[in-house]
Amino acid sequence: MKRGPRMADIASDDPDLEELIACPQCDALYVAREPASGERIMCRRCHHVLIAPRSGAFGRIVALAVTVMILMFGATFFPFLGINAQGITNRASVFDAALAFVDGGWMMGLSVAVAALIVLIPAARAALVVYVIAPLALGRRPWPGARRAFRWSEDLRPWSMAEIFVIGVAVALVKVSDLARVEYGPAFWMFAGLVVVIVLQDATMCRWTIWKTLEDRRP
Amino acid sequence: MQMDNMEDTGRQTPLVTARQEGLVACTRCTRVWPIGTDRCARCGTALRSRDRGSLQRVWAWLAVGMICYIPANVYPMLRTRVLFNSSDDTIIEGAIELASHGAVGIAIVIFVASVMIPVGKFVAIAWLAYSVAKPLSMEPHRRHKLYEVVEFIGRWSMIDVFVVAILSALVQLNFAASINPGPAAITFALSVIFTMLAAQSFDPRMIWDTNRESLSG
Repeated sequence: MKRGPRMADIASDDPDLEELIACPQCDALYVAREPASGERIMCRRCHHVLIAPRSGAFGRIVALAVTVMILMFGATFFPFLGINAQGITNRASVFDAALAFVDGGWMMGLSVAVAALIVLIPAARAALVVYVIAPLALGRRPWPGARRAFRWSEDLRPWSMAEIFVIGVAVALVKVSDLARVEYGPAFWMFAGLVVVIVLQDATMCRWTIWKTLEDRRP
Repeated sequence: MQMDNMEDTGRQTPLVTARQEGLVACTRCTRVWPIGTDRCARCGTALRSRDRGSLQRVWAWLAVGMICYIPANVYPMLRTRVLFNSSDDTIIEGAIELASHGAVGIAIVIFVASVMIPVGKFVAIAWLAYSVAKPLSMEPHRRHKLYEVVEFIGRWSMIDVFVVAILSALVQLNFAASINPGPAAITFALSVIFTMLAAQSFDPRMIWDTNRESLSG
């Protein structure tokens, strides 16, 4: 496992608190150092990634988040998949999949949850990220409420399940394939692309850099 | 930003935790503050050196998650009707049915995501919470690894719920065939959500505290 390179341990002299960083997973304390672009600084004890900046990351994150919003809109409402068996066809959008539980009364809650997990939360996260990072990318001061917006975006992260939905689709297709012929709609490809973009966006985000920039540029 | 040139060679100074230095760390943005500070001024998160209530929340969410998992396996997940034959499949029956149709790989995916991961997660979370309270335990590095795996993998159990959602939306072919969700879909989804909350409630910093430190509050 790669060690945090040249990450200084806290010295006996007392540095400014602003220059310290504590591992959120194991509480180990370090003197923070701005690493070179592309370099990753890890906690020496538990190997949690603490700092991983990329040059030009802000601009790229905003571009990717805008892409997510556009693709998500298309992927939700365009035909996603269709099946054909003995002359009967049925098409479903992602929106229909979310509404699959509506008829059963108390199943309604599950529909709301599925819609949230695969459409609303990923889209909301993208919007929040644009709101927080766009001014930073332009070198401006953060917009009001940026800290709260970024907190929300981080809280939503585990609940954004678009990539899990894609695996679910793959499984469902195998189940359906001996029952009927499957047609792929445009939204299917949009959703597949969407997942790649979401993963790229998360990999480009260095939380420490964003929080620090929000603090440094606070109005 | 202070640049420190200490090389990461074999000679390493012993690690110090924020708590030992009289500091409290923000688990969201990694900023540190003097102990006793209520709220992180950088990101606005409430600060706690160690989250004492954490274990109670872990046990509570875990208990609810496990309770929901029982009906999730007893009641049908999918109601399939082809012409005049209809069948109700529980999670396990669904996986067996897939395997019997030759889709062994997919059956394994479903079995792993819906049975092995949830059950493994119950055991892992319970054991992590127990090992923090009663230190008889294995090395912190391995426990921390276990925690990371549990955090990462928990969401993937949702696969089966999404499979049911897509199948139910897609397979509606009048008299020829239809697939509808069964009651297990909802309790299974709840079980996944509650266990995710249990894992999120756990404060992994407690893994690294020595017994004396964690007892002295």
